[in-house]
Amino acid sequence: MSATGDGGFWTRYVFSTDHKTIGKQYYFTAVVMALFAATWSMLLRLHLAWPQSQWPLLGKLFPGLYEGGVLLPERYLSLVTMHGSVMIFFVISLSLVSGFGNFIIPLQIGARDMAYPFLNMLSYWTIVPACLLMLGSFFAPDGAAASGWTAYPPLSALADATPGEGLGQTMWILAMALFIASFTMGGLNYITTVLNLRTRGMSLWRMPLTVWTLFIASIIGILAFPALTAAAIMLLLDRLGHTSFFLPTGLVMGGEVLPYHGGTPLLFQHLFWFLGHPEVYVLVLPAMGIAFDVVATHGRRPVFGYRTSVWALVVIAVLGMIVWGHHMFVSGMSPYVGEYFSVATVLITAPFSVLALNLVASLWRAELRLTPALLFVLGLMAAVAIGGLGGVFLATATSDQYLHNSYFVVGHFHLMIAVVTFFTIFAGTYHWYPKMFGRQMNQTLGKVHFWLTVPSVVIGFVAMHFLGMGGEQRHLYDPTAYEFLRPIQWLNVFISIVMFVAAAAQLVFLGNFFGSLRFGARADSNPWQGTTLEWTTTSPAPHLNWGAELPVVSRGPYEYRTNGVPSGYLPQHAPPLEVARATVSAS
Amino acid sequence: MTAAVPVVNRFPDSRAADREPYSIGLVAILTTVVMLFTAFTAALLIRRTGDDWARVALPGIVWANTLVILLSSAAIERARAAVRANASQRAAGWMSVGALFGLLFLAGQVIAWRSLAAHGVFLSSNPHAAFFYMLSGVHGAHVLGGLAALGWTLGRTRAGAYGPARHAGLTHAAVYWHTVGGVWLWLLAILSTL
Repeated sequence: MSATGDGGFWTRYVFSTDHKTIGKQYYFTAVVMALFAATWSMLLRLHLAWPQSQWPLLGKLFPGLYEGGVLLPERYLSLVTMHGSVMIFFVISLSLVSGFGNFIIPLQIGARDMAYPFLNMLSYWTIVPACLLMLGSFFAPDGAAASGWTAYPPLSALADATPGEGLGQTMWILAMALFIASFTMGGLNYITTVLNLRTRGMSLWRMPLTVWTLFIASIIGILAFPALTAAAIMLLLDRLGHTSFFLPTGLVMGGEVLPYHGGTPLLFQHLFWFLGHPEVYVLVLPAMGIAFDVVATHGRRPVFGYRTSVWALVVIAVLGMIVWGHHMFVSGMSPYVGEYFSVATVLITAPFSVLALNLVASLWRAELRLTPALLFVLGLMAAVAIGGLGGVFLATATSDQYLHNSYFVVGHFHLMIAVVTFFTIFAGTYHWYPKMFGRQMNQTLGKVHFWLTVPSVVIGFVAMHFLGMGGEQRHLYDPTAYEFLRPIQWLNVFISIVMFVAAAAQLVFLGNFFGSLRFGARADSNPWQGTTLEWTTTSPAPHLNWGAELPVVSRGPYEYRTNGVPSGYLPQHAPPLEVARATVSAS
Repeated sequence: MTAAVPVVNRFPDSRAADREPYSIGLVAILTTVVMLFTAFTAALLIRRTGDDWARVALPGIVWANTLVILLSSAAIERARAAVRANASQRAAGWMSVGALFGLLFLAGQVIAWRSLAAHGVFLSSNPHAAFFYMLSGVHGAHVLGGLAALGWTLGRTRAGAYGPARHAGLTHAAVYWHTVGGVWLWLLAILSTL
């Protein structure tokens, strides 16, 4: 752990205002939450492959979830809901945006800390109760929320609709509200820090792409999250105050007509997706930014099209805010509106292609050093390319009519959100681990982790597309209940097996991660010969990041393969060439 | 672990001195506030197309409350003028008046709720009433936040921390306060006409 320079154990490691400590706290919290969410997905896969089999041992381990060794249908829905919610908001967001974001932004722009360190600490300590509420909801009288990670009403608004919709759903909503509050505090910090605390010479156009993407993602978050806050307040009032914001006339439950009148469930969907779709970019953009930084450093060449990438990010951010309706093509929507959302969604492929092609072009004539960090970015490129193809079918309203709510969608968003972001979380971890902990992770184990992970997750999630084309619906408890799905049940078995391999591979990663804390080789300040500012300070970086003098920046972030310089790269803080030459000739 | 850390200012050679960092944070906060009430407005516009939409007559006191929140904003502006004229004590006086009017506004809103309830109009009675209770409640929470900011700056004003050239904190609290007041005008406009 890095020293914070002041106070004892509590102020140094627990209630720290040091951005690096807070970044690590977020990261470790995400690891814990990931262990839960991944375990739940394994239980789901086990059940989906062999829905009739009994697992007495699991029944003993998870007495509330199993009955007679079989996963209960209502608990199955709870596990699906909690897996999605926790992975998106409490694993990917926390590690990629809050974890790496906190750790790396000040280090890469030459700041001593975040603009509002106290707010930063507060944001972390707001996420902790949110995590506890989420996990604790399993102990609610009728279990954790079961209405899917999208929490659509009427299901999510009626406590008696299904087990899990009582206290569990209320806890879920409150946890999300705390998450939004915490994320908003983080966003305020990122935006202000990037605009205000850059060191001398660090103009906006000299910022590494990681910082650009986190900056733009923060702006998207600030604009999009309030819509979910509004939706959550109205949903809570529908649940607890018996209002009818989202509950329509004539709802029947248990043979009785409910007293609700005039509300519209579609309204919730609009508000949810006004956040939900931009949230995809809040996660994917930082992933792309980290990918660019890793490719440049480990490929030893400047990234291709730095400025066009930044403009592409801006266009993606704008378009990403106005395409939410494509999640609702089959929810009931005027065909004209659907057509608009379709066209706007397909338009996003243009700037996103610019970004992705710039990433691929950055490999052109690169001297690839096939470290685990770079390998995972190469894996990301493959996943984006394959997953993106599926997106074309879902963006088109006509084909989406058939594929909506099928496993095609499940496969697609797992490739685009889960694989892309997790691969960058891994890439970022292998890349910045030396700076975070002052030691190197084992590179061979890193490669083993990569070669076990990539084929299994890519093949597994691609196979889900075929399940979807075969007609299997998402949230389906028992695929063998339908005769038309029985011929493709072998695909479910196959997917489960490759996913077990993928999960086992993560144990290699975790072992490497925690083992290297103690046994990893000591890392020097710049183990990858990187150019950006985080490599100018010691590993791990000290409290306030640099000594008495902050580095002064004289050039862009990716000056690799420079002529006339033996080491082939120019760090951002190296003096301008003219000055360097003058110094050499003078001596 | 704890290598000798040189004694340095937190942000000695950053640009923090050139640009007030809190103004950027303020813009971001106000953006979330505006987006929140924009989302609520959109929700109201959609919900009012339901066949059960009927406008409930708002209690008369909300108009008095509106006057109070406007006067409060005016008092805060007088306080800022006093600070610019280097009259800290006068400024503190006006700040107190502004904050007091803020409290009065909240009390008035509670009276409005009670008056509606006395007429048998509750949260779940009617969609328009639900919006009135919810929007005034969420707005009231933002007013509370503003009162906290005013309380903080009042303390700073009393301590003489602000002068003609240096009163960014007061300005930020004032901008937030006026925005929250403006949001109320907007909410009243849509609630009394739609």
